[in-house]
Amino acid sequence: MVDFHGWDMPINYGSQIEEHHAVRQGCGIFDVSHMTILDFEGSESELFIRKLIANDVRKLLENYSGLYSAMLNDKGYVIDDLIAYRMDNGFRLVVNCATRGEDLKWISARAKEYDVNMLERDDLSMVAIQGPQSPNVLKNFPAPIDFLKEKKRQQGIFRDDIFAAKTGYTGELGFEVILPNEKAIDLWNIAISEGAKPIGLAARDTLRLEAGMNLYGFEMDETISPFECNMGWTVCWQDDQRDFFGKESLIKQKESNDLKELVGIITDEKAILRQGQKIHLEKENHARGVVTSGTYSPSLKKPIALARLPKCESTSCFADIRGKRVKAIIGTPKFIKEGKLIFKEKV
Amino acid sequence: MSSDNEVRYLSSHEWGRIDEDGILTVGISEHAQDLLGDIVFVELPDIGDMLEAEGESAIVESVKAASDVYSPLTGEVIEINEKLIDEPEIINNSPLEDGWFFKIKIDDDHQFKGLLTEEEYNDTCED
Repeated sequence: MVDFHGWDMPINYGSQIEEHHAVRQGCGIFDVSHMTILDFEGSESELFIRKLIANDVRKLLENYSGLYSAMLNDKGYVIDDLIAYRMDNGFRLVVNCATRGEDLKWISARAKEYDVNMLERDDLSMVAIQGPQSPNVLKNFPAPIDFLKEKKRQQGIFRDDIFAAKTGYTGELGFEVILPNEKAIDLWNIAISEGAKPIGLAARDTLRLEAGMNLYGFEMDETISPFECNMGWTVCWQDDQRDFFGKESLIKQKESNDLKELVGIITDEKAILRQGQKIHLEKENHARGVVTSGTYSPSLKKPIALARLPKCESTSCFADIRGKRVKAIIGTPKFIKEGKLIFKEKV
Repeated sequence: MSSDNEVRYLSSHEWGRIDEDGILTVGISEHAQDLLGDIVFVELPDIGDMLEAEGESAIVESVKAASDVYSPLTGEVIEINEKLIDEPEIINNSPLEDGWFFKIKIDDDHQFKGLLTEEEYNDTCED
């Protein structure tokens, strides 16, 4: 167990590699109750959320659907990444635990001008159930989670105090359930009895990295543009009448040509890519980039990493690992989806 | 491998055992493999390398971290456990037996007694 921003959390229950494979091949269950859940209600909740985040919740046509977004500061850098869901009477944001304090400060200061009420839901727990077998492990749970089978990714349901949506942080089929604290243990035990394996923080990290999903404080922070952490696609420009925090700065950033980009890299060498290692585009030259997150991929059995590099023609690079220049190939910042290799080498 | 012989330790979590006269077998402790978690790569010394007592001798990488492995005593590498290159998980499964790293020819069996006993080593782990 470790102290994770005030929460006691398991790094691993046994072997983190076995936990990783359990999610890719079967089903894993994660206690992610450390995530901060914020509900917004009030006549101007939609107006406010559209201003607060860079993606546009106008796109959420159904209740309980969610979308991934950045919350930007005035410089157009990332304060946090989050999922926003449309609810019956407003919106629900699930934000990071590590950034909770800064987020609350930022949001409350800006909510004052709107008819909106923010409520932190520490009465709720959050459990992620992920993997190809995930629909099967809650057959006996006393809530119509079966309904989720008919839903598409990012869609959800809400019945009997239990909210569930087809979202996750692994690249696998699965869902995340938000439910009253007192019901969470039941859900956990039923899932385990139906074959779900408990998964710790260590495997959560290798799974999200293979899926090419960002981790706040690694791929991005309040000095990084969404365009430099593969989050450009989450910024919604459809409604040009809509203003959002950071918009003006983003328009300026777009015009600049020194933006770096987030790429995926893989090496065949037996040395693990890790956060902070410098990246050289040619073997002898100055370092031009950096590994934002690196690990050993249990699925590919090779070291993989996300790295931020200047935009360039190179299809390979060299990571500085303990003084050695280790060759790595450059490609998409995504490696595995639903158990299959999706990494594409740059050509 | 005869495992009845006495095992002694460095506080940096390596063990050594004299299985044959003048030959020290070296590996990492149960506690070390547990701290590291799943081990995925090892870099072993070359046969013929001269190692120094408490000097760097190998590198072990788990998904979590990379860690240097120090030689308990001074000596020349005479054998390495090549199996670990392709199956590093052997270290997690059997750190004191099948997961040995290398063997060195030591000058002086005497120095062995200067290493930590199992009890002394376990005490350092509790700190």
